[in-house]
Amino acid sequence: MTLSSTGVFDASAPWRLSEQVSLRDEAFGALAYHHGNRRLVFLKSRELVILVRSLDAYENVDEAIASTLPQALRDQYVKALSSLASSEIIHER
Amino acid sequence: MSADSLRDRFERGLSSPICLTWELTYACNLACTHCLSSSGRRDPRELSTSEAKSLIDEIAAMQIFYINIGGGEPMIRRDFFELIEHAVAQRVGVKFSTNGTRIDEAAARRLAGIDYLDAQISIDGVDAATSDRVRGAGSYDQARRAMDNLKAADFGPFKISVVMTRESVEQLDRFEELAAHYGAELRLTRLRPSGRGADVWEALHPTLAQNRSLYQWLLERPNVLTGDSFFHLSALGSPLEGLNLCGAGRVVCLIDPVGEVYACPFVIHEEFRAGNVRDGGFGSVWTTSELFRSLREPGSPGACSSCGSYDACRGGCMAAKFFTGLEMGDPDPECVFGHGEAALAAKKVSIRPTPSPDHSRRIPVAVRSR
Repeated sequence: MTLSSTGVFDASAPWRLSEQVSLRDEAFGALAYHHGNRRLVFLKSRELVILVRSLDAYENVDEAIASTLPQALRDQYVKALSSLASSEIIHER
Repeated sequence: MSADSLRDRFERGLSSPICLTWELTYACNLACTHCLSSSGRRDPRELSTSEAKSLIDEIAAMQIFYINIGGGEPMIRRDFFELIEHAVAQRVGVKFSTNGTRIDEAAARRLAGIDYLDAQISIDGVDAATSDRVRGAGSYDQARRAMDNLKAADFGPFKISVVMTRESVEQLDRFEELAAHYGAELRLTRLRPSGRGADVWEALHPTLAQNRSLYQWLLERPNVLTGDSFFHLSALGSPLEGLNLCGAGRVVCLIDPVGEVYACPFVIHEEFRAGNVRDGGFGSVWTTSELFRSLREPGSPGACSSCGSYDACRGGCMAAKFFTGLEMGDPDPECVFGHGEAALAAKKVSIRPTPSPDHSRRIPVAVRSR
């Protein structure tokens, strides 16, 4: 499952990094590779990498963001997660 | 972080390559006229099975997501399946490039059973006459048989890989139809004057007008794979899909059959040799090679500094310049504005480096049907 049927990323839902994805840390953030769809995706900030890795530990995305990032950055990171969801790097759990 | 600064970051190099090509053997049962690695005869010093497996272990530890396996013809190695199975078992994906001659029904079934495996079958024309002129008599039919076998084995979407020559570039729509017929993906790459390609490049590389058409065709088809091959064409307008930079030694490199590490698959030449995996492993070559360190320094635009499109094409392909006798600061020989042709014409003496090493067979080969 990736995005909800409306195509809107639901930040109140629980998400996680896909089991099919390998993450490799780099100075700019990380590279993510999805072994199933063969997509290579660039995570362009360290904070995003930490957030993506932590998704599994929280009830939902909002809680993960609240615990790891300043609230002012929420929208920006929801957008980034939404784009990762469309590449199937993360999925609902 | 903007896309451009990410590109700058890539130009300074990554902790491990994104795109690692590993030529498993110099042995090949074909003798394509444009072979990048001048393949034909096996080199007696090629990595043994256990050396190859250790290298795969190191690649896995370096978190290299996948390897591009080529040759020569990689399926000629008796341990081909053993090696690719060793890689995918550690979640190192394998994309391998083959002429298809060894993909009979049984091999196709075995390949279809392996996860994280992509197969690329090479042809260089959409019909036997065009393709065989480059790849040798009978090679097209054998490649088509391999495709038929993969399809019958339900392999999934394999790739049809085509080098863009003056002839094949006129057949783009038909290649697209062929790929659709098989449910395959189409992959187009640039003809480079590397290896034996140096001998045919002048006669076979697409003309300026053909390159312009190719650019438009690719722009309209972002799903056609190119391995970032045509970034020199991005100077024509909107960038093509991909990173649009020369990744040599920065995000790309090549390991040859005897363990030599080169900056990219198109520069198998002493001048671009970074080290050997037998001397302390691949990781140490990647991180400590003087050559790679210098490639990760900011480059000078050279003769391209006054061109408004430098940021789009970054001066083009290092290998294409080197093997046509141009300097690194010169424009790409296929510069879309013709600056490369002018630079080549302006050379009083054209000294083209000899490709090294050369594993070409000394006697022309004929392809037998099996």
